[in-house]
Amino acid sequence: MVDATRAYFLIVGMWVRSTMAYRLSFVMMTLGNFAMTGLDFVAVAIMFSHIDALGGFTLPEVALLYGTTSTSFGLADLAFGNMDRVGRRVRDGTMDTLLVRPVPVLVQVAADRFALRRLGRVTQGAVVTAWALLRLDVDWTPVTVLLMPMMLVSGAVIFSAVFVAGAAFQFRANDASEVQNAFTYGGATLLQYPPTVFGTDLVRGVTFVVPLAFVNWLPALRVLGRDDPLGLPGWVDFASPAVALLCAALAGVAWRVGLRGYRSTGS
Amino acid sequence: MRLYAAVAVSGFRRYATYRVATAAGVFTNTVFGFIVAYTYIALWNERPHLGGYDRSQALTFVWVSQALLGAASLIGGGFQEELQERIRSGDIAVDLYRPADLQLWWLANDLGRAAFQLLGRGVVPLAVGALAFELTLPTSALTWSFFLMSVFLGILVGFALRYLVGLCAFWMLDGSGLSLLSVLLTMFFSGLTLPLTVFPGALGDVARALPWSAMLQVPVDVLLERRHGAAGLGAALGFQALWAVVLLLAGRGLQAVATRKVVVQGG
Repeated sequence: MVDATRAYFLIVGMWVRSTMAYRLSFVMMTLGNFAMTGLDFVAVAIMFSHIDALGGFTLPEVALLYGTTSTSFGLADLAFGNMDRVGRRVRDGTMDTLLVRPVPVLVQVAADRFALRRLGRVTQGAVVTAWALLRLDVDWTPVTVLLMPMMLVSGAVIFSAVFVAGAAFQFRANDASEVQNAFTYGGATLLQYPPTVFGTDLVRGVTFVVPLAFVNWLPALRVLGRDDPLGLPGWVDFASPAVALLCAALAGVAWRVGLRGYRSTGS
Repeated sequence: MRLYAAVAVSGFRRYATYRVATAAGVFTNTVFGFIVAYTYIALWNERPHLGGYDRSQALTFVWVSQALLGAASLIGGGFQEELQERIRSGDIAVDLYRPADLQLWWLANDLGRAAFQLLGRGVVPLAVGALAFELTLPTSALTWSFFLMSVFLGILVGFALRYLVGLCAFWMLDGSGLSLLSVLLTMFFSGLTLPLTVFPGALGDVARALPWSAMLQVPVDVLLERRHGAAGLGAALGFQALWAVVLLLAGRGLQAVATRKVVVQGG
């Protein structure tokens, strides 16, 4: 574990140095990343220039949902976002090279082409979250204070698990890397909006099947002092870390199964 | 001419080869369609007739956007990365050596790709959307043919913009920063994030006059028969054609400047 972490940071360091060779492009990328996710929020703000509440939620409340998802997703994207390249590696045969190196394949794939520019999204999410918390009249108790960082970290772990599971799926269907976008980018878009906007079946699906609701919906509703639309018991709002660990474990198993089933193209 | 037709056909066949990737794209477009559709329903419930659309027209906007996402390259993709890579690696020298015009070559290739993605990735999401929601689709064959014409002009504008971005790789060794900015502008100013008719005041006026609006907003308005009659359609298609010509000519100009500075290192 220690060795794997060390290897991860060594590879990451290498890519950061390599990125810095094209400094202008890096600055543009980071600003672009910041602005790209920022324009998303501009769209939400434009919506609220016409309305006072969406699904019963005000702009600062939606901003909290938006900011927390964006931060969690940004962290996961930073650490594991390049795992959609697994399919390409299987296709062109470069996966074989990774197998012979004395570092876990997962570490190598995750750190491959590490993109520091993705800090742009994390920063933007953090700024929106901070703005929302300033505008909202949150009842700050030790519980809510603890919920905020817990939500961001668990959310990042859940999204990371989705990235890893998606990559594992690519061992089976190596052209299907776009499927995972439905769960990663699609999930991030979904969680920006209040759960009341969506049908109950969809909310149930992202609570029990693909547990994205634990990224921010359930804990954020507690911070906002609102009930969840499914009427789940109160302790569920604190279940995010447990769900995140479970997701990580399942994704780990999926990755192992995928890697074991890997057959080289032989070219 | 026959040469370019052959290039277009091979572009079509190249994308048609990857069936699993196409299915994955359709799946992701459909998932996004549902997510965005629910948020638009919430928005239009609060403000019926927002941006001049009723609810069913707004939903049509969502599903047509998803159907055109691949063909019009609204979130990037297509030839531009390949062109940049060829410029970076120096393979572009071989392309310039061929007895074919560089811009027309890539245009033919991109039109082939777009034709496939319009069929392969466009039809199913729109059909699913029409089954799941009440959409406003025209019954007149004439409207559909004007829509297709408008889509074609939109694809031309999209190509011309991405060609300009791609050529910048002659000056910036790593063009990915610029590509990212290009995608972000396209997503926001084409109407993909939110219909441009919803944009307030001056921002809306500017957004509707920019070339990106020709890629999605104008085709959808033609389909919804908001641009109708000889004058309305003439203005819509003329606007698109004007931007297509201006940007394609700009591409030729930039290409002339760029190719004058190419130095083939040999070896």
